[in-house]
Amino acid sequence: MEAINILEERKKSIFEKGKENHELSCDKVSLAGSVSQRACVFCGSRVVLYPIADAIHLVHGPIGCAAYTWDIRGALSSGPELHRLSFSTDLSETDIIYGGEKKLEAALDELIDEYKPKAAFVYSTCIVGIIGDDVESVCKKVSQKKGIPVIPVHSEGFKGTKKDGYKAACHALFKLTDREPAQGISKCSINILGEFNIGGEAWIIKDYYKRIGVEVVSVMTGDGRVDEIGRSHGAALNVVQCSGSMTYLAKLMEEKYGIPYIRVSYFGIEDMSAALYDVAAFFKDNLKIMDKTKTLVREEINKIYPALLEMRKDLTGKKAALYVGGTFKAFSLIKALRHLGMDVVLVGTQTGSPEDYKLLKELCDEGTIILDDANPLELSKYIIEKGADLFIGGVKERPIAYKLGLGFCDHNHERKIPLAGYSGMLNFAKEVYDTVMSPVWKLTPRMEKNGR
Amino acid sequence: MKMEAIDKSKLLRHTPNEIKERSALTINPAKTCQPIGAMYAALGIRGCLPHSHGSQGCCAYHRSALTRHYKEPVMAATSSFTEGSSVFGGQANLLQAIDNIFTIYNPDLIAVHTTCLSETIGDDIPQIVNKAAAEGKIPKGKRVIHTNTPSYVGSHVTGFANMVKSMVDYFSTSTGKRKQQINIIPGWVEPSDMEEIKRLTGLMGIKSVMFPDTSKVLNGPLNGKFIMFPDGGVTVEELESTGDSIGTIAMGLWASEAAAKALDTKCKVPYAILDLPIGLKATDRFIDAMRIMTGVSVPEAIEIERGQMLDIITDMHQYFYNKRVGLVGDPDQLIALSEFLVSIDMWPVYVVTGTPGKAFEKRIMEITAGSPYEVKVKAAGDMFLFHQWIKEEPVDLLIGNTYLKYISRDEDIPLIRHGFPILDRVGHSYFPTVGYKGGIRLLEKILTAILDREDRDSEITNFELVM
Ligand code: SF4
Ligand code: SF4
Repeated sequence: MEAINILEERKKSIFEKGKENHELSCDKVSLAGSVSQRACVFCGSRVVLYPIADAIHLVHGPIGCAAYTWDIRGALSSGPELHRLSFSTDLSETDIIYGGEKKLEAALDELIDEYKPKAAFVYSTCIVGIIGDDVESVCKKVSQKKGIPVIPVHSEGFKGTKKDGYKAACHALFKLTDREPAQGISKCSINILGEFNIGGEAWIIKDYYKRIGVEVVSVMTGDGRVDEIGRSHGAALNVVQCSGSMTYLAKLMEEKYGIPYIRVSYFGIEDMSAALYDVAAFFKDNLKIMDKTKTLVREEINKIYPALLEMRKDLTGKKAALYVGGTFKAFSLIKALRHLGMDVVLVGTQTGSPEDYKLLKELCDEGTIILDDANPLELSKYIIEKGADLFIGGVKERPIAYKLGLGFCDHNHERKIPLAGYSGMLNFAKEVYDTVMSPVWKLTPRMEKNGR
Repeated sequence: MKMEAIDKSKLLRHTPNEIKERSALTINPAKTCQPIGAMYAALGIRGCLPHSHGSQGCCAYHRSALTRHYKEPVMAATSSFTEGSSVFGGQANLLQAIDNIFTIYNPDLIAVHTTCLSETIGDDIPQIVNKAAAEGKIPKGKRVIHTNTPSYVGSHVTGFANMVKSMVDYFSTSTGKRKQQINIIPGWVEPSDMEEIKRLTGLMGIKSVMFPDTSKVLNGPLNGKFIMFPDGGVTVEELESTGDSIGTIAMGLWASEAAAKALDTKCKVPYAILDLPIGLKATDRFIDAMRIMTGVSVPEAIEIERGQMLDIITDMHQYFYNKRVGLVGDPDQLIALSEFLVSIDMWPVYVVTGTPGKAFEKRIMEITAGSPYEVKVKAAGDMFLFHQWIKEEPVDLLIGNTYLKYISRDEDIPLIRHGFPILDRVGHSYFPTVGYKGGIRLLEKILTAILDREDRDSEITNFELVM
C-alpha cells in the first residue's frame, strides 16, 4: 500500500486512542471533493418512513432519487406491501421550468384513488427546493379532497446530512400522532421508536415485550401502520432505539403528550437485556413485569450461550473494523464483538455528534482508530495497518473489504437476517464466525503473506 | 386498501389487472437518472475519478448502485452541496473539490458531471474549471473534463452518451496524419462485452481504440490491495488519437451516436452506426463493418465461432418455436435482443424501456413486423405497465434487470437477467453477450431457462432424459 495523503482538514476527523488528544471534528457536511460514504437528507427520511406499509410513499423529483431507493432495504411487513413499490413524479424538463405542483397533485390523486391508503408521504428532493414548488399547500389540498393525511417530508438532499433527514421524518411522524382515540391502552404500555423491522427484528422485540407483560402500542416504523401511530400518544413510555434517528420524535412527544422516553439498543446481550430491564424498572409498580423479565432474560441467554462460547474459542484475538451509520450502533457492536472475544481496531461512523465521540473514545481500547466520515483510502490504510480480520459496514465498503481479503458483515439496512435480540445476537455471531473463519481467505494474498 | 384485490402470496399484490391511463405518475421505473451513466462511462478512462457536482446524496446512490451491480469498489467524489451552494451556486464547492481531489486521491483526470441540482442552479462548469486552472488548482499534466447530465431529461443512457461525447469534445484531435486504427464506441455494455469486442478486433488484426473501456476497472481481480485507479480504461493519449483514426464504429444509436457524430464534425472521422453486436446478424454486421472500414479479411477463427453459434441454434431450434418473450431494458440492448430473438423464432411481445424516444417504438415494431402475436412496445414506460400487460396475457420468458424478479416470481415466468442493474447474480462482469461467443452464452441461458421449466412442469410420464 502506498502512502496516502491525509488532508490537514481531515486530520481533525481521525483519532488514535492513546496517541492523540484532540477533539474529533464531526457533525459537518463532507469536504467537497471527498469520496465520502455519506448519503443525503432524503435518504435519512426515506429510511425512517419507508417501513410504514399502508401508506403511499411518493418521491417528488426526477426519477433517480426514487429509482435508487426502490426496495433496497429489507424492512418486512406482515400485511400490505405498498412500501415496496416505487412511486415517482418523474419530473421532466417542462416541470422544472413551469413547476411540478400540478403533476404532484395529479400523481397523488391517481395514487390515492387507486390504493385508498391510510396516509401519503411526499418526499421533496433537491430540485423541488430549487424550483420552489409549494408542496405544503398541494398536500393540504389533496388531504382535504381525499380525507387522509398527506404529509410533506422536507428532505431536500442539500439541506443538511442524513441526520436532518431523520428529523424531517420525525416531524412527519409527529403529524400522524393523536389522530385516533387512545382508549383501552394498558398502563404498562410503550411505543418502540427507531426499530425498522429489518429481517423481522421488530417482531422479535415486540414478542419480548409482550412476554414480560408490556403492551406495544406502535412500532415506529417497522411493520408500521398509520392507525397504530395515530394511537401512539396513549402509551406510557417511549423506548427509543438508535440515538440518531428518533430521539427527536421522542422529545416532541414528551413535550406535547408528557410521555417520557428511554434510550436503548437491542443489539448484543447486555444491551438487549438492559432494554428489557429498563422498561421493567419504569413500570416498577407492576412487580410481575420485573419477575417475568428476569425469567425471560435467563431463558433467552441460556438458549444462546453455549453456542456463543463455542464460537468465541476460535474468534478470540481476531480483529474487527467497524464503519457504521451512527455511534450508538458502534457502541453496541463493540460490546457484542468483545463478547465474542474480538478486538475492535477501527471505528468509523457517518453521523456522530461530539458527545457520541467522547463516549466512544472512553469505550475503545488503546490504539483503536476512530474516524468521522472516512473515505475509502483512509479505511483501507488503517485496516491493513491494524491487520483487521473482519469489516462491518455497508454496501460501499463490502467490495473494499473483499479486495483486501478480509471477512465482511453487513450491519446496515440492507442485511436480510435479524440481528436484534438474543436470537439476533446468535445470528450475528454466526455471520461473523462464518465469514472470519471461512477458508476462502486462506486463498488470498493477505493471508498468504501472514502465513496463516 | 382494497382488500378484495390482495393476494398475500403475491409480492406485487398491489398491481391491479385493469390498466388505467396515468398522467403524472411513474411506478417501478425502467430507467434511472443521467449522472450514473456519466459515472459509469468516466470509469472507463484510465486514472479517472468521476465527480458528481451536486449534493452528496446523489453520488452516494450512484456509487451504491454501481457497486451492487459490479460487486467492485466504485470511486467517485462529490461537491457536497449545502444550502449556501444552492443559493450562491456551486463554484466554491467545485474549486475546493478539484483542489482536494488532486491532493488526496491524485487521479490523472477528473470527469465532472452535473446533477439536477447544479443544472437547475445553472452552474457553468467550464468557467469554473478555467478558474481552477487559473488559480493553479490543476497540477501540470492533469485534466478536468465535464459533461452536463440533467436527470429530468432522458435517462441514465443519455448521461452515458453525454459523457462519451465529452471524451471526444475534450480530447480527440486531428494531426492531419491518419493512423491505421479504428475507433470503437461500444455503448453501454458490460466490461466483459468490451473485452470481447477487443478480442474480436484483435483476431481481425485491427488496431482499435475503444472508449470508454471499463474492462479491468469494474471486473478487476482480487490482489489483496485496494487500488483506487485500476490498470484499465482507455488512456488520454489514445483518446487524443481518435481524431486520426480512419473510421468510427459506434454501437447503439442511444448510447454512441452523439460521440460518433461529434468526432466526425470535429476531426472528419467517418462513422458507421451499428446495433449492439448481440446475436448472429448484428455480429455479422459488426465484423463486416470492420472488414469494409479497414480492408482486412475475416480470419478463420472468427468463422469457426460463427459456425459454432449457428450450430447451437439449429440443434436446438425446436425449443424456440413461437415462444413469447417480455423484455425490459435500455433501447440499444432491446433493439439488438429483439432482432436476435426474432431470428430464432422467439417473439418479443412486450417491450418496455424507461428511456424516452418514439424512434425506439418504431424500430421494435419494424423488427417484430412478422409476429404471430400482438406486439406492445413502450418508450418512457415503466415496469408497472409491463406487469399489467403480462397479467392480460402471459409470456414464456422474461429478459431484463433484477427488478423483474418480482414479476417473475408472482407470475411464475423464468427470468434471464440482462442489462442494468443486476443486483442478485454474478457473471455479467465476466461473460459477454456480444459477439458469437456472447451469442452462445445467451443461447445457453435461454435454453436453460426454457428446458429447466419443461423439466419442472412435465408429467412424470413425459419427463425427458434427452432433450
Ligand atoms: S437529484 Fe440526483 S439522484 Fe435524483 S435524479 Fe437528480 S441526479 Fe439523480
Ligand atoms: S437529488 Fe438531493 S434528494 Fe435526491 S439523492 Fe441527490 S442529494 Fe438526495
